[in-house]
Amino acid sequence: MALARALLLALLVSTAALAIDEKPAFDDPAMQARYESLTRELRCTVCQNQTIADSNASLARDLRREVRRLMAEGNTDQEIRDFLTDRYTDFVLYNPPVKPRTYLLWAAPGLLVIIGLGAALMVVLRRAKAAKDNPAALDADNETGSP
Amino acid sequence: MKVRLGVLLPLGLFVVLVGFLFFGLFNDPREIPSPLIGKPAPTFTLEELRDPQQLISTENLAGQMYLLNVWNSSCVTCRQEHPMLMQIARSSNLPIIGLNWKESDYPEDPEIGRTRAISWLSRFGDPYTKIAFDKEGSVGINFGVYGTPETFLVSGDGVILAKHVGAITPDVWRDKFMPLISQGGGSAS
Repeated sequence: MALARALLLALLVSTAALAIDEKPAFDDPAMQARYESLTRELRCTVCQNQTIADSNASLARDLRREVRRLMAEGNTDQEIRDFLTDRYTDFVLYNPPVKPRTYLLWAAPGLLVIIGLGAALMVVLRRAKAAKDNPAALDADNETGSP
Repeated sequence: MKVRLGVLLPLGLFVVLVGFLFFGLFNDPREIPSPLIGKPAPTFTLEELRDPQQLISTENLAGQMYLLNVWNSSCVTCRQEHPMLMQIARSSNLPIIGLNWKESDYPEDPEIGRTRAISWLSRFGDPYTKIAFDKEGSVGINFGVYGTPETFLVSGDGVILAKHVGAITPDVWRDKFMPLISQGGGSAS
């Protein structure tokens, strides 16, 4: 039982270490780490919700080969991203760049927090005002247990 | 009666959201806009599929408007598109250049793919003036191709005028390609 459990655990943990390539792309661990992080932020354009690091599609395989080639030729990460966006647009990037078209996208979380805080503030102020104007009503309201 | 902001604001936001979703309905996520339109076509030199001795390069192709059709014999949509290409080849003098891309999943032996592609053409007809054989798939990547079929219209001075992802239907041909072809001085019917 303990052995089965250990094996199961090993199996679960090991999936994280399974690279899609048959062997590491680079002997140099630093290059390999760069390669892995880069392929994890590039979208496979045929299998759209996977990165090229995850996908077994043959285009993803070719794109990984291109990334390897560009890295071996000494290109920087940014140059490799540019190489791909020149061909496939920003769509290949999982991190969309900040530009006028994406302002709303990037601002949305902040805007939603502001809207939420504003709404909460309005509710609190209104209740405070109601309590000041007519404390008895509010107490009665609370006693009936209505929300 | 006083309309309260507390009612109007969520309603407004809802309408905006519905607007976004509505336009999203007409947005095909598979259709990635090509950043290459209006730019010079990537250069390449590749073997001709049917005649390995012959090399096809963008320099040879320059000087005349042409259609570049990316295809391979294992692509179902290419098969569906094929009669349309045959018809274009018959009815117009626009050269159709094939780019045979990802013919085989075994790049170590491209000749298997070559044989298969040639027998496909002899079975269904061959609309191509020339066919460039992209064994490694890197020319396709330079063109931003992510699936077959894809078709580019390239002007005589080597600029990409249009790109179509998926099969060319008679409608696509008439509405997307024909106006550009007649503007560019090519004759097609």
